[in-house]
Amino acid sequence: MRLKGLSNTLLILSLLLWNAQAAAALTIEITQTVDAGVPVAVVPFGWVGGGAGLEQDVAAVVRADLDRSGRFKNLPVRKMVAFPQTGSEIDFDAWRRLNLDHLVVGQIRPLGADRYQIRFQLFDVVRKEQLAGYKMNTTARDLRTTAHRIADIIFEKLTGHRGAFATRVAYITSIKQPGGGREIALNVADADGFNAQTIVSSPEPLMSPSWSPDGQRLAYVSFEGGKPGIYVQDIYSGKRQQVASFPGINGAPAWSPDGRRLALTLSKDGDPDIYVLDLQTGQLRQLTDHYAIDTEPAWSPDGRWIAFTSDRGGGPQIYRIPSAGGEPERLSFKGGYNARPSFSPRGDAITMVSRVGKQFRIGLLNLRTKAIRILTEGALDESPSFAPNGSMIIYATKVNGKGELAAVSVDGRIRQRLAMQVGDVREPIWSPYSKAQ
Amino acid sequence: MKSSIIKFLPAAAVALAVGGCTTVPPFGGYDDEPMAADQVEVVDQYYGGDSQYAADATGAYGYTSPIAASGGVYEEYESEEAIQELLNTLTVYFGYDAANVAGDFRNVVVAHGEYLAANPDVTVTVEGHCDERGSREYNIALGERRANSVKDLLVAQGADERQIVTISYGEERPAMEGSSEQAWSKNRRAEFLY
Repeated sequence: MRLKGLSNTLLILSLLLWNAQAAAALTIEITQTVDAGVPVAVVPFGWVGGGAGLEQDVAAVVRADLDRSGRFKNLPVRKMVAFPQTGSEIDFDAWRRLNLDHLVVGQIRPLGADRYQIRFQLFDVVRKEQLAGYKMNTTARDLRTTAHRIADIIFEKLTGHRGAFATRVAYITSIKQPGGGREIALNVADADGFNAQTIVSSPEPLMSPSWSPDGQRLAYVSFEGGKPGIYVQDIYSGKRQQVASFPGINGAPAWSPDGRRLALTLSKDGDPDIYVLDLQTGQLRQLTDHYAIDTEPAWSPDGRWIAFTSDRGGGPQIYRIPSAGGEPERLSFKGGYNARPSFSPRGDAITMVSRVGKQFRIGLLNLRTKAIRILTEGALDESPSFAPNGSMIIYATKVNGKGELAAVSVDGRIRQRLAMQVGDVREPIWSPYSKAQ
Repeated sequence: MKSSIIKFLPAAAVALAVGGCTTVPPFGGYDDEPMAADQVEVVDQYYGGDSQYAADATGAYGYTSPIAASGGVYEEYESEEAIQELLNTLTVYFGYDAANVAGDFRNVVVAHGEYLAANPDVTVTVEGHCDERGSREYNIALGERRANSVKDLLVAQGADERQIVTISYGEERPAMEGSSEQAWSKNRRAEFLY
């Protein structure tokens, strides 16, 4: 069976809706860190060239990333004893007297118009040895991204876990308009809140963004035209395609790990069930068939399972079904409301919305023990999504009636708040690692 | 007459309700003569004997009236004004996590259903909505369940399915902003859009 949308090769380049324009910026505030962060100093990078140097303070971006992770204690620039740019310029004993464990130094040199080379080195101050050193070529536009990659390398060397600073977050904003109504927008920003871009905007609801595994495209639900449809859009070119517009619900798109399929919710046959759509062939396969609500599919990282929300047992709970088809199996047994599953990158846990008393909070379901741990303390927390390295979970919350984003580490020790100046922000989805990395 | 006219069901059809008494009690608001079969409407509400009103499987309840108390199943036949008022009501509200049309809202939906049945050229969109609590796509599904629950009741009154379009907005279009119980109760709703 082919979809209506695909058979017409309905490739809409909607200039009306697509405007990759700067969106309202998100500001990030660390609200809780680990007590004993690793002491580190990121010395301002030297400029090896003529003129005044760069406006962008690359070292400051690295410092902010490490700060935001909650696992490091940065030495402020004003307390630095010297400003070495290379390893040979470092007086290790002087830094050691500041009880510093690690030191980062670097240089930036111009490579012609708008191109630069950044060299940086990470040192163990106690052992006086280099732990990492790289030369990275970049452009003026990509300076921040390169800084995030440097932070990723430092994070991995010092914690043993891959960094996730050079990633992005997609999210929905809702901003009241002067003439009444709201403008709903799907946006993408760097994981530090910078470079926020609007991907699509509409006076009608936009919801449920899902990243393609290559980080190039987003699937989402749009109610434009007065009914829900599922769209797939290239975030760079703005090209988009409607992939589902059946009668009833067209919702909850979720990209398969191989990038070839979308799991989604359709109610064309009377009640919401989970389907899998092959994006190449347009082939649609029904995965669940139950008169109850089945929705919010999520792929396991190995692509073998699809977890979903179902109220077939009374209240909403998490189930899973083999993505190739089979019998659903219930996964969550504690609490009266567990919904919107999302797998950890290792596939060993599911984060979800769990009702605790009258509060809706972010829960973590251990798939081995089936134990549920509540990670947040809000009343209206929803839409949790893992960072691609599994260290943090980003989610939506309400603070004083305003929609905000927040993030919490999986161990609950580190908390961040991501707020916008105006309007509500919700449905954050952390991007996968960029393939270019 | 200005007040409600009461139609009653023949005893046979009443058996499901309270049973026992087959005499029509004297009451000043209806004709003493039994109606012809084609004038009789089968109601899907019933009385639960001695209780003020009894919830049925979907949580709806029937009216209390002196007639009911003495053992018949009746349906109130509303005045034109009353029916117009019901038709002017374009929003019905729901309980938390519930999709059944309950209480007085049942009269509203029944009136719309009879209106649609009597006017087959008229079409209506029924929008289902939810409060903000819980996950968004689950709320889309819950909103659809609400819209369908209204649609089923409209069809039960004789409206044609093709007259009715349903759409769920979940929690995406609140009628009232805010995170209070009051806002939530205003947002758990279905809306008629003619």
